[in-house]
Amino acid sequence: MSLEYIFYILGGLTIATALMVVLSKHPVRSVLYLVLTFFMITANYVLMNAQFVAIVNIIVYAGAIMVLFLFVLMLLNLNKDNEPRGSALATIGSGVAAGILLVVLVAATRDASIATTELTEQSANAGLVENLGQLLFSKYVLPFEVSSVLFIAAMVGAVLLAKRDKQNAE
Amino acid sequence: MLLSANLFESGVRIEHYMTLATVLFVIGVFGVLYRKNAIILLMCIELMLNSVNLLLVAFSTYFGKADGQIFVFFIMVVAAAEATVGLSILVLLYRNTRATDIRLFNKLKN
Repeated sequence: MSLEYIFYILGGLTIATALMVVLSKHPVRSVLYLVLTFFMITANYVLMNAQFVAIVNIIVYAGAIMVLFLFVLMLLNLNKDNEPRGSALATIGSGVAAGILLVVLVAATRDASIATTELTEQSANAGLVENLGQLLFSKYVLPFEVSSVLFIAAMVGAVLLAKRDKQNAE
Repeated sequence: MLLSANLFESGVRIEHYMTLATVLFVIGVFGVLYRKNAIILLMCIELMLNSVNLLLVAFSTYFGKADGQIFVFFIMVVAAAEATVGLSILVLLYRNTRATDIRLFNKLKN
């Protein structure tokens, strides 16, 4: 019963911090709230005994990607004063559109019947590193290798884009 | 096991996680529609990807199969690549226009 209370507290905090990402006017504050949201999602992973995904989420998302965002944000010197604002009509329109999307999605999944399963001792440990590693390097070894090609492409693209043109610099 | 009891045998149902992931996704969509700063837009896309990750891990735990968590791993790979390329494009745009307002980025229109 206590896990249920933990879930409700964590879920509420996740939604609250995610809302603050969107609603806070200061871009740096938005990034920090997004880091908090990722930590809350990681806590959910720990609750579900998905230990590998929890660790990777902390290291890759809260660590690497968010530091990259923060770095670019501070490099560009954005603050509250030059933060672009939309018109009131656009604000209301986006709120209505998002609300309708929420209603439709919840209504569509509400009546879904989900198969029940009984968990064995082995399947309860599905999220451990040993299990995931064996699956990753046997069944999913081709996508794993393809993802390394994707990383090379992203790296080359990022360097090529960020590099200053010699002709423009002069 | 880190926790003594299984989560889905202690009163939390899979529908709870479906609702939580839906709400997080809709917050991301709302952010994309509402905010005009291109960096915040990229962050909202990350939020949407994370809500999908949460749902994948929830179903993976629910069915006791590890495949869903492998997909989470690949989504993280794609998200990292997307963030690096997107941010470098933004830095390039900022160098030319001195702004991150998406309404100024319609140069290719017409």
